[in-house]
Amino acid sequence: MSDNSPNNAYWSANMRIILVSLIIWALVSFGFGILLRPLLSGIAVGGTDLGFWFAQQGSILVFLAIIFFYAWRMNRLDREHGVDEE
Amino acid sequence: MNTAWTKNRGWGQMDQFTINLLFVGGSFALYIGIAIWARAGTTSEFYAAGRGVHPVTNGMATAADWMSAASFISMAGLIAFVGYDNSTYLMGWTGGYVLLALLLAPYLRKFGKFTVSEFIGDRFYSQTARIVAVICLIVASTTYVIGQMTGVGVAFGRFLEVDSTTGLLIGACIVFAYAVFGGMKGVTYTQVAQYVVLIFAYTIPAIFISLQLTGNPVPALGLFGDETGTGEPLLAKLDGLVSELGFANYTAHHSNTLDMVLFTLSLMIGTAGLPHVIMRFFTVPKVSDARWSAGWALVFIALLYLTAPAVGAMARLNITQMMWPNGGIGGGAVAVEQIQNDPRYDWMDTWQKTGLLGWEDKNGDGRIQYYNDTNPDLEAVAAENGWVGNELTNFNRDILVLANPEIANLPSWVIGLVAAGGLAAALSTAAGLLLAISSAVSHDLIKGAINPRISERGELLSARIAMAVAIVIATYLGLNPPGFAAQTVALAFGLAAASIFPALMMGIFSTRINNVGAVAGMLAGLIVTLVYIFLHKGWLFIPDTNSFTDADPLLGPIKSTSFGAIGAAVNFAVAYIVAGMTKETPQAIKDLVESVRIPRGAGVAQDH
Repeated sequence: MSDNSPNNAYWSANMRIILVSLIIWALVSFGFGILLRPLLSGIAVGGTDLGFWFAQQGSILVFLAIIFFYAWRMNRLDREHGVDEE
Repeated sequence: MNTAWTKNRGWGQMDQFTINLLFVGGSFALYIGIAIWARAGTTSEFYAAGRGVHPVTNGMATAADWMSAASFISMAGLIAFVGYDNSTYLMGWTGGYVLLALLLAPYLRKFGKFTVSEFIGDRFYSQTARIVAVICLIVASTTYVIGQMTGVGVAFGRFLEVDSTTGLLIGACIVFAYAVFGGMKGVTYTQVAQYVVLIFAYTIPAIFISLQLTGNPVPALGLFGDETGTGEPLLAKLDGLVSELGFANYTAHHSNTLDMVLFTLSLMIGTAGLPHVIMRFFTVPKVSDARWSAGWALVFIALLYLTAPAVGAMARLNITQMMWPNGGIGGGAVAVEQIQNDPRYDWMDTWQKTGLLGWEDKNGDGRIQYYNDTNPDLEAVAAENGWVGNELTNFNRDILVLANPEIANLPSWVIGLVAAGGLAAALSTAAGLLLAISSAVSHDLIKGAINPRISERGELLSARIAMAVAIVIATYLGLNPPGFAAQTVALAFGLAAASIFPALMMGIFSTRINNVGAVAGMLAGLIVTLVYIFLHKGWLFIPDTNSFTDADPLLGPIKSTSFGAIGAAVNFAVAYIVAGMTKETPQAIKDLVESVRIPRGAGVAQDH
């Protein structure tokens, strides 16, 4: 996409939202669920620790939140930039 | 004689076999009834089943399509016997929906065609790219069907009271008939019915068991609750029990961290690369609906996936306590006599018939000691007590979910319901994949490339032949599967991750990638992943032709199931390098990419 395209602002806003969403996506699964689990081991959750909860349930709940946030945010962004379907 | 079938758990004089048949038969009658009521007449009606349907309904249908024998029958068993390390399946098979919703679904919907290979063919302006994509889809889908057939064999073996090989052969015939019947696959409302049967079948026994063990009616919360008998947290109690028997601590991390990350990533990007899931987002009414639909699909998937870890942990606790009924090693192991006579142990008798469960009183003490005989720490305990090895000699992971209601001594109707749910999950996905394979061969490959003038009858015939060939291959390989159902399915995800997902993503997010780059990338990703899998699982999955095992993989800790993420990286790298050395993408295609990126102007999906 060329820089002077009228849709450039829309697309870079979209890229920013995707980037932030994917950082959270990776943080709760690969981060809290696997790599950073030792750091969370002090926080007890029902007989185990917070990292275990993120690996088995927490990450899934955050995934849901990310998708619904993205759908809501993008549908609004479409209207702001006048590229929605209506 | 076998008492399990004649035993009465309520429901008048009916035995368990009759009740299972009633539930399985009744649910199938329901699906067929709905399929006839809402029959799709033409191709476009078949595809358009998703259009004009509310995103919530569409999400439910997607969830039914998506959750197969791997999710329903196999996954909780893999978690139960390994614990935390297999959280990979939970994160991997849900995290992919984030990628799908953010990176693919809205753009593919805007593009407005029906199949993944059409997008790849058009975007990379190349018939070769389209054919390579079709081949990638066929390879991944066939591997996926092998995993489903494993699950089908387990389910039919149990419910027809035969060994799992006979069960697999009977199941293959039913899957074939079901797939040829065909039309019902595209009917959204059949899938909604399948979802309802599937989710009730999964959660009702879990609710019963959670109430028994923790008093909490929500299994997902019960998992982190306290055990009612002792007041100790359920997971702490489980950790204590399995550790005493020399097994790995349930909640601790034992596997290689790099492999765990790569495996999770492979499952995630594979999810976003599988054709039968992506296809559902092509036909939603609007681009904005494609975004919502992915979310609703994950809501309905999450209902099962949040329950699965509870099913796994609670079943492991129940099984361990049944084998050591008096509170651990001190109280002594279960007596052979008790297994034979106590009705609570009938499940062991019935599952033994499938060849998937076995025990043997090796030391002749009249008791069955279940412990980890490979753990050196247990040698002293074993010597002291006169144990000569683990006597629960065989416990196939894939039986756990189906056996679970029997293990927990739940009423007959719950067992029948689980039977219906497991078969719904396995059959619907297997039939859907067979349809995808047959249409890829007949439509994309033969009509699209080899012989464009083929008659409609010829196309239909080649579709049937492709379906028959695929099921014969899948059945043959399903007899000696490369792993448990979910592991085989994971290989299919690795293949999709390495081949399809990168091509779709680069097609949308980069105008630099041209026809040659995309083809080179897909081929490199597919071949390198396929070779790595075959090196570990045998060439064409034929047993004993492998040079390495996943216990000691070729590249450091990276197992064949985790290689998809590496394959995807190879795909991206090769595509960028080759595209950089060859002719730039034409302006018309750059304009196409630009138009795909904005929702405005999305029409209805077009037939070819």
